[in-house]
Amino acid sequence: MTRIEEKFAALNADGKKALIPYITGGDPKPEYTENLMHALVESGADMLELGMPFSDPMADGPVIQKACERALGAGASVQGVLDIVESFRKTDSITPVVLMGYLNPIEHMGYDVFAANAKKAGVDGVLLVDLPPEEADDVVPVFKASGIDTIFLVAPTTTEARAAKIAAHASGYLYYVSVKGVTGSATLDVDEVGRKLAGLRQLTDVPLAVGFGIRDGASAAAVSQVADGVIVGSVLVNCIAELADTPEKIAPALQERIKEMRLAMDA
Amino acid sequence: MTKANTYAELLQLPDTKGHFGPYGGRFVSETLSYALEELEETYNKLSKDPEFQAEFDKDLAHYVGRPSPLYHAERWSRILGGAQIFLKREDLNHTGAHKVNNTIGQALLAKYTGKPRVIAETGAGQHGVATATVAARLGLECEIFMGADDVKRQSLNVYRMKLLGAKVHAVTSGSRTLKDAMNEALRDWVTNVDNTFYIIGTVAGPHPYPMLVRDFNSVIGREAREQSLTQNGRLPDALVACVGGGSNAMGLFYPFLQDESVAMYGVEAGGNGVETGRHAAPLCAGEPGVLHGNRTYLMQDNDGQIIETHSVSAGLDYPGVGPEHAYLKDIGRVNYVAANDHEVLAAFRELTRVEGIMPALESSHALAYGRKLAQSMRPDQHIIINLSGRGDKDIHTVAGIDGITV
Repeated sequence: MTRIEEKFAALNADGKKALIPYITGGDPKPEYTENLMHALVESGADMLELGMPFSDPMADGPVIQKACERALGAGASVQGVLDIVESFRKTDSITPVVLMGYLNPIEHMGYDVFAANAKKAGVDGVLLVDLPPEEADDVVPVFKASGIDTIFLVAPTTTEARAAKIAAHASGYLYYVSVKGVTGSATLDVDEVGRKLAGLRQLTDVPLAVGFGIRDGASAAAVSQVADGVIVGSVLVNCIAELADTPEKIAPALQERIKEMRLAMDA
Repeated sequence: MTKANTYAELLQLPDTKGHFGPYGGRFVSETLSYALEELEETYNKLSKDPEFQAEFDKDLAHYVGRPSPLYHAERWSRILGGAQIFLKREDLNHTGAHKVNNTIGQALLAKYTGKPRVIAETGAGQHGVATATVAARLGLECEIFMGADDVKRQSLNVYRMKLLGAKVHAVTSGSRTLKDAMNEALRDWVTNVDNTFYIIGTVAGPHPYPMLVRDFNSVIGREAREQSLTQNGRLPDALVACVGGGSNAMGLFYPFLQDESVAMYGVEAGGNGVETGRHAAPLCAGEPGVLHGNRTYLMQDNDGQIIETHSVSAGLDYPGVGPEHAYLKDIGRVNYVAANDHEVLAAFRELTRVEGIMPALESSHALAYGRKLAQSMRPDQHIIINLSGRGDKDIHTVAGIDGITV
């Protein structure tokens, strides 16, 4: 079993849902990221999504665009993010880590080089926002050969035919985008999300995680009623942005938010 | 396979997935996939629909003022002492550039698909003006995304868009130029995909945009080819057009691709000089990668991050280029070269003084290379240069360089 499968199985056995925070690797500075990852796990995160900063994050809102700009300005890079994961793995061999980003920096490094380096670092999955299944034939097999899951997105606009195609490629988990929009934009409609997830469950056995629009304990708890995992990003990245000048305050602030969501989800 | 066969096959591109060889495609987040599939289906149907085509042709004739002349720049040709230069006068189109050919076409698509709102990105503002114009005519709500730096250097066009009823957003993220405007337009589209048609201004972006923008602008090359045969009794020896995203170049080149005897030159923005690294010439000095929905040549650093571009012309200040150009470069059908800011300004002044035609700074890139090319050719040879837009919008920029406040 992969680390992601083991984690979902363990949660399932406990009757719990996965809490999956996202932060951008290298934000506000690369040297802080590893500590923030450990802090998130200590306060109740089950898995981590770590952003690989990109100069042009078209599918993200202003909050994550600015996080990318901060990270790149502080010298972050794709290899730098892999190095952070490798260091994190020295003291945490259980928590799955999924890297999230855009195709170009990966393609530039070379899919095989990236996959080898990611495996060596202890990465479990990769989600490339601008890589739909139609364009993924050169990528997925390379990741698979290194034991890395390719995580795909499903959106409210995804047709049934497309959902079937995506489900056929899916491994690790499926990331359901709860709203039409960029990260950090609208509030979500949990009933509608529930209906969509019910449809997806007919197509695949992989766990279904939901992201976009989750900002507090209440929304996390509501989504955890219908999903296997809850992804929270912009609200944490916003926290980092506000405390970028006092970095020692970031970890406690993130932990406070994660604890609130954990409690609400497990209640 | 003979060369002619290979060239004939170019007319069949892109393939069904939107690929031109290894380039093009549809690299977008999942939320947009369905909208693009829908657009592709609509376009495939309407592009074969005689009624749609008749409406498009009628608008080009009576609203845009086509056909645009193919003008023999006799005096300039004589002074340069080389090949005869013919200017394809896209500057005489309504709104002053080739951009309107495409916005007329895409606005018709918006109308046929019943979308009440259109959005667009713009660099120099020509595409924004052309979009705001057709939106005003069809009564569509219109919002334009423009880099904050470009809003400053193209204030005249910003005001034109506002007069036409468009809302203009100054984009302050990233490098505050065209690529950031495109990021922002994509974000708007992803959020408002149900009621919004995104009118992309160049032959880049996810499939089917590179194909449909090329098709709508191909009227340039079809006319030029026919005019050349009628007026001169022969095809030209060479075509020259500037390339930012590359829509005016693709529009001119496409109908000539099979004509083996016709050489083609795409002129990128050399900025301070390609050798300085401060330019916007991805085909001359970039590497393949993926940005804004397609695989193409890009200006990027060692980590695959997109780098800032530099050009005196806002319309060419873009780190990517249309995927069909990337393919035409690789197979050697088109030669891609660069003209630097200094050469461009000289060509701008020269055409203005010698022919009484004030060209856009974008088009002046084609003129700057075209004049050199002409001088290397014989007086019995012919060059067509695409005069893709007029220069009124650039008067402030040129005056600023001269130290004059207008």
